[in-house]
Amino acid sequence: MNIAQAFTGLFANFANITWQMVVMWGIGGLLIYLAIARKMEPSLLLPMGFGAILVNLPLSGAITQGQTEGPLSVLFRAGMANELFPLLLFIGIGAMIDFGPLLEKPWLMLFGGAAQLGIFLTFAAAGLFFELNDAASIAIIGAADGPTAIFVANTLGSRYLGAIMVAAYSYMALVPIVQPPVIRLVTTRKERRIRMEYKKGSVSRATRILFPLVVTVTAGLVAPASVALVGFLMFGNLLRECGVLNALSETAQNVLANLITIVLGLTVASQMTAEQFVRPDTLLILALGLFAFVFDTVGGVLFAKLINLFLPEGRKINPMIGAAGISAFPMSGRVVNQMGLAEDNQNFLLMYSISVNVSGQIASVIAGGLLLALMGA
Amino acid sequence: MNTASLMTTLPVLAAGMAGIFAVLGVLIGAVALLNRLTGRK
Repeated sequence: MNIAQAFTGLFANFANITWQMVVMWGIGGLLIYLAIARKMEPSLLLPMGFGAILVNLPLSGAITQGQTEGPLSVLFRAGMANELFPLLLFIGIGAMIDFGPLLEKPWLMLFGGAAQLGIFLTFAAAGLFFELNDAASIAIIGAADGPTAIFVANTLGSRYLGAIMVAAYSYMALVPIVQPPVIRLVTTRKERRIRMEYKKGSVSRATRILFPLVVTVTAGLVAPASVALVGFLMFGNLLRECGVLNALSETAQNVLANLITIVLGLTVASQMTAEQFVRPDTLLILALGLFAFVFDTVGGVLFAKLINLFLPEGRKINPMIGAAGISAFPMSGRVVNQMGLAEDNQNFLLMYSISVNVSGQIASVIAGGLLLALMGA
Repeated sequence: MNTASLMTTLPVLAAGMAGIFAVLGVLIGAVALLNRLTGRK
């Protein structure tokens, strides 16, 4: 081999570049841009964006090629195919959540339930175009909860995991853009100006400690498939609330959650190869994900309006708080509060909207479990 | 377009939403009970 041939051989891989790979570099770059410049879910969109470029280099050594194992493929098998990463992340998320305000006013959980409407409507819509296991996996984008989406899509063996993850995290980050026009569409200005007096209540330590146990047992009995998902979330919360494991609680909230987050985004990106991602199905999945978020919002708002029919004047609920029943915490709760203040600068809805937002985190996990149970998983 | 899938998906829609409200109803009842039993007098 002469020097010229050897030198030319160094660039042989350029011939393996396809236009689909270039599209994926663009998508990876866009995700990195959104993470850094727009600060949209940077902890996940940045690793996903970088990973999307990494796995779409021709003959990338980051993923398995023939007999040669790639590290991201190994990570996928070790932590995603068996749902370990999302579950471990749920311990951290559970440790971060303060259910206190929700426990003061437990009836607010109903809004979290209503705001899961988008998941099930999307299941029906996606079923028109996809196999039912894929339809259910796409529908769970409406949970507005990344780990739940990964868990359900993996359990149901969906081949669209990459697109589902991108849609789930992108729309979570886009809540401040997606929700306000939908809320305005289904409410009147008069309704948006309804003030809600907030009286601070108290919750006993016993209630805070027993709540995660009650949720785990109840959800586990109804939807056994969800018991790992609910259980890990509630275990994290028990670490927080028990009062004797502060070091573990802080580790779960910070070190554990950060470690898992670093590898989670990269590992998800291993499913974003051009051949899996650059196809018409992906656009349809993104559209159905938006559909899910829109109807989650509509479901929560309309449920509040329904309750208002039975409430006397002066005790009516601001229907916007129903829109906070999705799991995107705390973005959705803040959006609703800001919309209330925009209509009336003395209309403080934050305590209600954040409580409803927290209830959405429980409800979305339960919805994921129910979907699995109803799918016979 | 597989419209026959609606025969499967619509019952899941109804059962899913009913299931969520049932589970949350139990949780609301349980929390209300806990608040009553363990709250300060």
